Amino acid sequence: MHKLWASTYKELLLLSRDIGGVAILFVMPLVLIITVTLIQDSTFKTVSDTNIPIILVNNDKGDVSKTIEEGLETANAFKIISDKTEAQAKELVYKGTYQLAIVIPENLSVDLERKVNQNVSSIIAKFMMEETSEEDLVEIPKKEVRLYFDPATQQSFKSSVKNGIDKMVSQIETESIYKAFQKQITDDPSEAIFETENYITFKEVLAKKGDQVLLPNSVQHNVPAWTLFAIFFIIVPLSINIVKEKSQGTFVRLRTNPVSYTTVLAGKTLVYLVVCIIQFILMLLVGIFVFPEIGLPTLDVSGRLPLLLLVTIFTGLAAIGLGLLLGTIATTQEQSAPFGATLVVILAALGGVWVPVFIMPEIMQILSNISPMNWGLNAYLDIFLRHTSLVEILPELGLLFLFFIATTLIAIIYNEKKHAV
Amino acid sequence: MINIEQISKKYKSAESYSVKDLDLFIAEKEIFGLLGPNGAGKTTLISMLCSLIKPTSGAFTINGLNYKNHKNQLKQLIGIVPQEYALYPTLTAFENLKYFGSMYGLKGKSLDDKIKDKLDQLGLLKFSDKKIETFSGGMKRRVNLIASLLHEPRVLFLDEPTVGVDVQSKNVIIDFLQNLNQAGATIIYTSHHLNEAELFCTKVAIIDQGKLIAEGKPKALVESQEGAHNLEDVFLGLTGKGLRDSA
Repeated sequence: MHKLWASTYKELLLLSRDIGGVAILFVMPLVLIITVTLIQDSTFKTVSDTNIPIILVNNDKGDVSKTIEEGLETANAFKIISDKTEAQAKELVYKGTYQLAIVIPENLSVDLERKVNQNVSSIIAKFMMEETSEEDLVEIPKKEVRLYFDPATQQSFKSSVKNGIDKMVSQIETESIYKAFQKQITDDPSEAIFETENYITFKEVLAKKGDQVLLPNSVQHNVPAWTLFAIFFIIVPLSINIVKEKSQGTFVRLRTNPVSYTTVLAGKTLVYLVVCIIQFILMLLVGIFVFPEIGLPTLDVSGRLPLLLLVTIFTGLAAIGLGLLLGTIATTQEQSAPFGATLVVILAALGGVWVPVFIMPEIMQILSNISPMNWGLNAYLDIFLRHTSLVEILPELGLLFLFFIATTLIAIIYNEKKHAV
Repeated sequence: MINIEQISKKYKSAESYSVKDLDLFIAEKEIFGLLGPNGAGKTTLISMLCSLIKPTSGAFTINGLNYKNHKNQLKQLIGIVPQEYALYPTLTAFENLKYFGSMYGLKGKSLDDKIKDKLDQLGLLKFSDKKIETFSGGMKRRVNLIASLLHEPRVLFLDEPTVGVDVQSKNVIIDFLQNLNQAGATIIYTSHHLNEAELFCTKVAIIDQGKLIAEGKPKALVESQEGAHNLEDVFLGLTGKGLRDSA
C-alpha cells in the first residue's frame, strides 16, 4: 500500500508541475462543451434566431407566390432577397454567396386556378351527366418551382427547405380546390360549405415516467455526450505519460525495483480518475452557472448527482484502462498521441456522440455496442432524460468496469510477456 | 558472488550474438570493470544480470539466487545505475529519491535522513529542492547514483557512470564508490575510460564481439602483454585499432 501511495503522489506531482498540461486537461473540455452546445442549441429551438439570406425570384406575382413569400417570412429563419433574376440568382448560389434561391414560375397562380377549376368542373360535369366544355379539355402545362442550392449546403438543410416548400404548395393547392368547389356549388362566397382547417394535427408528447415531466434541451443532450468525449480524451496525456517514462529511462529503473507494474499503473489510475471527476464537476458547473449567462438553457441535475458521479467514475475508469493499454503498447509519443486522439474520435462516432445510433447503418449500429462511449452515453442519457435508477444503469456500469479490467489486464500481461526474464 | 555460465544473447533483429557463451565469476567485494569497444556487449551483459533482458541461453546466479525463483530477493540485493538519467525531470532531487526509495519499501524519517546523507556525501544537499531539469550532467549522474543505492544493495551495477561528467564530478563519484566498496558492496561497472578503470578496478574483463578475451587484475594484464605500459595498450593490443562503428 505504501508503494501505491508513493506512486500516486509521484503522479500527482508530475501532473501538478505541468501547468500547461493541466490547463489543457481542464480548460479545453470546457471550451469544447460551450462551443458545441452553442452551435447545436439552434437545432433544438423551434424558432431560430439566425436569419439565413435567400433569394426569391418571383415570376408569378400572384396569390400563390404571395403565400409562399409570406410563409418564408413567417418562418423567421430567412432574410428574403427579391431583386434578382433567375440567372443572377443561379450564379450567386453557385458562387456560394447565398445558400438557396427559390424561383417561382410565371403564371403559377393563374394556371393553378385554371387547372383546379378544370378538374372541379370535370368532376361536377360527371356528377350532373353534362358534357365537358372545350375549356376543360385544354392542356395546362405542369409548373415547376425551382430550388437552387449551394453545392456545399448540408443535406439536412436541403431536406428541411424542400419539405417546407412542398408543404406550403400542397396547402395552397388544397385551398384552391376548396375554393373552386365553393364557387361551383354556391354563388355566395361567404357561405361556409367546407371546413378548410386541417383535420389531422400533431401534438408532441414526451415519454415520461410517473409524474416527472421531461423537457430535454440542447444542454441536457450535449453535456453528457461531450463530457464523455472529454473524459475519453484523457487517454492521450495518460498514454504520453507512460511513453515518457520509457524514453526517460525511469521505467527501466522501476523494472529493477521490487515494485509490480500493477502498482505503477494503479498510481496513475487513481490520479487520472480524480482528473476525470474534476473535469466532470467543472462541466456541470458550466452547465449550471455559465450556460444561463450566455443564453443557453440551464443544466438540470437536481436529484441526479450521485448517479451522474457514479457513471463518471466508471466512464473514467474505462478511459483510463484504454490509456494504460495504449501507453504500454506504444513505444513513442508519435505513436500514442495521434492514435489515441483518432481512436477517441472513432469511439465517439461509434458511440453516438456525433449522430444518434438509431440512424446509423445496421452494421454501425451493431459496432456501436462495442464502444465504451456508447455505454457511458446511454447511462448518462438514462439519468439526464429518463430519470432512471441505479438498477437500470447497472448493465452499462458493469460493461464499463469490465472494459477497464480487460484493458488493464491486457496492459499488464503484455508488459510481463515483453519483459519476462 | 556472481557466477555466469555460458550466457548468450541474440536480439531478434540482430544478425549476430551480442554476447556469446560467456563464462565469468565475480567475487564478493570486488570492483569489477567490464571493458570493451562500442557494441562489445557490455550493456547487454549488465542488462541480463539486472533482469532487464532475457538471455537467449546460459544461466547466472547472484549470491546463489536466480531471477526465476528469487526475483524479489535479487531486486533487493542489487542496485543498477543505468546509462541514461533515469529520473523525472520535473521533480526535485529529493522527490525523485523519495519516490525510488519508497519503491524498495523505505519510508518515513529514516528514508529522508538517508537521502539527505547521500546528497550531502555527493555534494548535492543544497540542491535537494531543485528540479532535476535544472541540474548539470554531472549533478544528474550523482542523483542517478544515489537513486540506485538507497536500499543499500550488496551488488551495484553501473553502466558508464562517469560518461559526460566533468573531472570534479568524476572524482566525487569514484571516491564515493570506493567508500561504498570498502563498506562491503560489490561493484560491477562498464566504462570507456581505461585509465579510470586501471586505477579504480580491482579486476577487469575485456569483452569484444560478445566474447571474453581477457580477464584479471589490471596490473597483471599490463604485465602479461608484451610492450604494454598501461591498460589502454592492453586493450588496443587485444581489440585492435580499427573503428567499431555499428548500426
